Amino acid sequence: MKNLIATTAMAICIALPAAAESYQPDPNAKPGGNIVITYKDDVATLDPAIGYDWQNWSMIKSLFDGLMDYVPGTTDLRPGLAESYTISDDGMVFTFQLRAGVKFHNGREMTAEDVVYSLNRVTNPKTQSPGAGFFWSIKGYDAVASGDAETLEGVTAIDPSTVQIELSRPDATFLHVMALNFASVVPQEAVEAAGDDFGKKPVGTGAFSLGDWTIGQSLVFAKNQDYWRDGIPYLDQITFEVGQEPIVALLRLQNGEVDVPGDGIPPAKFQEVMADPAQADRVVEGGQLHTGYITLNTQMPPFDNAVVRRAVNMAINKERIIQIINGRAVPATQPLPPSMPGYTDGYAGYAFDPEAAKAMLADAGFADGFETELYVMNTDPNPRIAQAIQQDLASIGITAGIKSLAQANVIAAGGEADQAPMIWSGGMAWIADFPDAANFYGPILGCSGAVQGGWNWSWYCNEALDAKSTEADAIVDPGRADERLEMWSEIYMEIMEDAPWVPVFNEQRYTMKSARMGGADALYVDPVSIPVNYDYVFVTD
Amino acid sequence: MAGFVLQRLFQSLLILLGVSIITFVLLYWLPADPVRQIAGRSATPQTVENIRQQLGLDQPLWAQYWRYLTGLVQGDLGRSYLQKTEVSTLIASRLPASLLLMAGAIFAELLIGLSMGIIAALRRGTTTDQSLMIISFIGVSAPQFVVGLLLLYVFAVQLGWFPIGGYGTFSHLVLPSMTLGILGSGWYSRMMRSSMIEVLRQDYVRTARAKGLTRVRVIFRHALPNAILPIVAMIGIDIGIFMGGIVVVESVFGWPGIGQLAWQAIQRVDIPIIMGVTLVSATAIVIGNLLADLISLLIDPRIRTR
Amino acid sequence: MANSVSTDPDIPTTIEPGVIAQFARRKLALFGLFLVLMTLCAAIFAPWLTAFDPNEQMFDGLTLQGAPMPPGEQFVLGTDLLGRDLLTRILYGARTSLIIGVAANGLALLIGTIIGVTAGYFRGWIGSALMRMTDLMMAFPALLLAICLAAIFQPSLWIVALVIAIVYWVQTARVLYAETASLAQREFIAAERTLGAGHLRILLKHILPHLVPTIIVWGTLGISTTVLLEATLSFLGVGVQPPTPSWGNIIFENQTYFQAAPWLVFFPGLAIVTLALAFNLVGDALREILDPTQRGRD
Repeated sequence: MKNLIATTAMAICIALPAAAESYQPDPNAKPGGNIVITYKDDVATLDPAIGYDWQNWSMIKSLFDGLMDYVPGTTDLRPGLAESYTISDDGMVFTFQLRAGVKFHNGREMTAEDVVYSLNRVTNPKTQSPGAGFFWSIKGYDAVASGDAETLEGVTAIDPSTVQIELSRPDATFLHVMALNFASVVPQEAVEAAGDDFGKKPVGTGAFSLGDWTIGQSLVFAKNQDYWRDGIPYLDQITFEVGQEPIVALLRLQNGEVDVPGDGIPPAKFQEVMADPAQADRVVEGGQLHTGYITLNTQMPPFDNAVVRRAVNMAINKERIIQIINGRAVPATQPLPPSMPGYTDGYAGYAFDPEAAKAMLADAGFADGFETELYVMNTDPNPRIAQAIQQDLASIGITAGIKSLAQANVIAAGGEADQAPMIWSGGMAWIADFPDAANFYGPILGCSGAVQGGWNWSWYCNEALDAKSTEADAIVDPGRADERLEMWSEIYMEIMEDAPWVPVFNEQRYTMKSARMGGADALYVDPVSIPVNYDYVFVTD
Repeated sequence: MAGFVLQRLFQSLLILLGVSIITFVLLYWLPADPVRQIAGRSATPQTVENIRQQLGLDQPLWAQYWRYLTGLVQGDLGRSYLQKTEVSTLIASRLPASLLLMAGAIFAELLIGLSMGIIAALRRGTTTDQSLMIISFIGVSAPQFVVGLLLLYVFAVQLGWFPIGGYGTFSHLVLPSMTLGILGSGWYSRMMRSSMIEVLRQDYVRTARAKGLTRVRVIFRHALPNAILPIVAMIGIDIGIFMGGIVVVESVFGWPGIGQLAWQAIQRVDIPIIMGVTLVSATAIVIGNLLADLISLLIDPRIRTR
Repeated sequence: MANSVSTDPDIPTTIEPGVIAQFARRKLALFGLFLVLMTLCAAIFAPWLTAFDPNEQMFDGLTLQGAPMPPGEQFVLGTDLLGRDLLTRILYGARTSLIIGVAANGLALLIGTIIGVTAGYFRGWIGSALMRMTDLMMAFPALLLAICLAAIFQPSLWIVALVIAIVYWVQTARVLYAETASLAQREFIAAERTLGAGHLRILLKHILPHLVPTIIVWGTLGISTTVLLEATLSFLGVGVQPPTPSWGNIIFENQTYFQAAPWLVFFPGLAIVTLALAFNLVGDALREILDPTQRGRD
């Protein structure tokens, strides 16, 4: 036994996933070409510490790099700016060996000091990063977050090419955290020169650099000729045109003026496109790390009664709701989406059975139903989905009034213990920050999120599950990864038993591309780069 | 005259001060927390409090307003909470699009309104006159989003004459301008019609016509110049109507102006942007009204006593 | 009432008997009145005019791919994106529009009248304070203000009416201010004052009756404006809450499909235009008949 532990510990120390590094780019790929991507909304910022929209997320990925990265088109980690790393036996100290000769877009070579600066910057409250909380496990985080310290105690540059990060608690997700955009390495002098406008004048080490930005109209990314990955990227230039309605983008795609419409295929045109084989051929479908759900406030009667919550789970006709969004989703049975490691295969979830639900409500003492409120964000299709939910609830006697409000107002109502009995999550729903089972727990189902202003809108707090999640995330040994996922699977099954949520659907992605776009389909439904992985796609003409 | 103008300018400043106070207080009461939007979903309560302090949002209302006002008098509209950019930069980058749209709308409403009014006046009492007046009534009764969507459907989707939205070329400008201008064209056509009828009755016009001047010349030499000043005065008042309309028209056509900027900011309680757009709009409205008043004064100096 | 008419015979008070006859001679005005009555009937008799429930999402109201049904035999005007009968929703939507039109506009008239008349009668510092307040309201971009107010109060039918009244009373106040101010300078008012009549008595007995024609005209025209404002707020998603049908929110909910299913925008749009047009026609005719300054012209 002891022996076994020793060997696994050894394994951790030379952890350098061989499979991951061996990603083979498409042999047919040829360099060159410009592509045009469109979006309706303007890009808010390209500062990796700030950007947190699905739209700028992938752009930032192409401008910056972190110590860790993902194999294109997958959820598998691979080293990024780190050439290799070692983890101490207890999982508390990570040592990253940096690649030599990596240069920022401004020509300066990246060093360990830049990594230290970047992590200090993102966690410093003055930066106001929405991602600061992800770094909670680094030693000294609390002191920086409270403003008592300027630097993270646990992060040190041992020499110009070695960074050591010490944790305060083992964290199995830490390598994923280091692959987040928030952990991107930025050059201090460029950040300071740009002052508050670094988000408009980004300088990173990424495959592309920002060429030109006309606010409200377009952004141009130019190929980074000195990129440290050989032969990458293929494209010479990417032009993002903003302010384009999805419908216009689709027509322009059909005219050959646009290569990828960033907002996808508009609902009214979806059927038409899919019915035409020539066009449907250019649509790539894939899963998405997303779950749309209804939260039931477990601290507000009658949802404090688990029987009532289970009854609601059985009353919702998920197929009908999916029909309303043109079938572009699959019914959800549990909080985790199917493509997430830790998803419980074979679990059927609560069956749609209004009769049984009604009987359960009667048993719980609500034979005549009750009145409640359903909060929803006021952009299409969410108010429509809320009305479908409302009709389903009415069928078991629950009268739910709809409160259709601006996003910020719904979020504020969810953060109060006694305000929103039910919330439909659409438009604000959980899309995973990183592909790990733990990401669906903490802030939205754990006790830490069930606080005033938090994101646990069902105010569900199960101390036993919190303890179990801590225990699971303390398993840092890759050899025991399956054991850890098994624990997470159990956690989510127990949550389903308590039913604080009604998981409704998992959205599917449909990315449409022009005929000249090349590269594996997986690049067009990349789980971490939406809509496409810009670094690896290419044009064929 | 100069005294009157100075007095009006002073009043306008007071009005803008009032607008800023009311908007600030309303946004303070908004049942949503901007700090939550900034801090993101993984933030600890400590981080949230820290950001709140940095932005001064933990201070009492009057202190927050005072800080905003002192910035404002130095020309500082603050920074967007979420885009981390100067609000003045954001507005400046979008204002040209909105101004272009308004210029297009003014052109459209004058072109449609005045020609309808002139034709109706010349054909007074005929079916043409009546049909034109009914059309002008429909113009003032149609909400802009309906007009916009229908114009899009007919002229962009079905006929393909214009693009389905977006920004950039002259053909992009046509449909949004028509949509924004159609309301005003209803009023202008009615005003033009009655002012034309009035003018055509005047002795000198009769004389001119008797002298053998053509109809067209009579219209351009005599009738139009008389109607011009009231029309310019009305354009000033139009600005207020446009400022409401752009939120809708920009959203229907995907026009990258300040209306869209404000709408997105309201969704996410980006208070500095909402304040900035409101103040810029209010300034435009106040200037428009001032212009209208000054022109009325030029036409009829007795107004001053009223 | 009869007393006040005799004191000031040169200005028409309330509505003269000839008005109805004059109104009846105007074809357009009668047409407007007809449209108003039609809408009123649609609103009142909606349950008997249609076989469907306005909020019932029918299984056969959508194709399997989730597309709405086009106008046809089963659904006369087709269905919306939730599979509800569009005609039924438009009929019931008339209720929303009329309730808002009457409630919001009534409230706006009340506020506008109180402020306009008070300011016009007392002048002095009260008057100028009140009028500066209306100037202030005029400077607001009305739609932005309404959106912010709706976000603060969280919309419901009555809140939407209140919000509209708050942004809309200014117009009435300004018109009534001007009229009251000129009335207040008339000799008969001064005479009443020297006879020792109190302010309230003068206002109610001598000023207000003369303002009735103006209030009627603005009240009618204002319904059209408030109906349009409600539709616009609902179109932006900050108006009347679903599932209550409103012509504006019908278009809001369905506009993503408007190219494939233009009827979803066209029919509710037509309903809005028709109702607004109807009140504009009636209001305009009333203005021409009742407004003394307009009389004799054209």
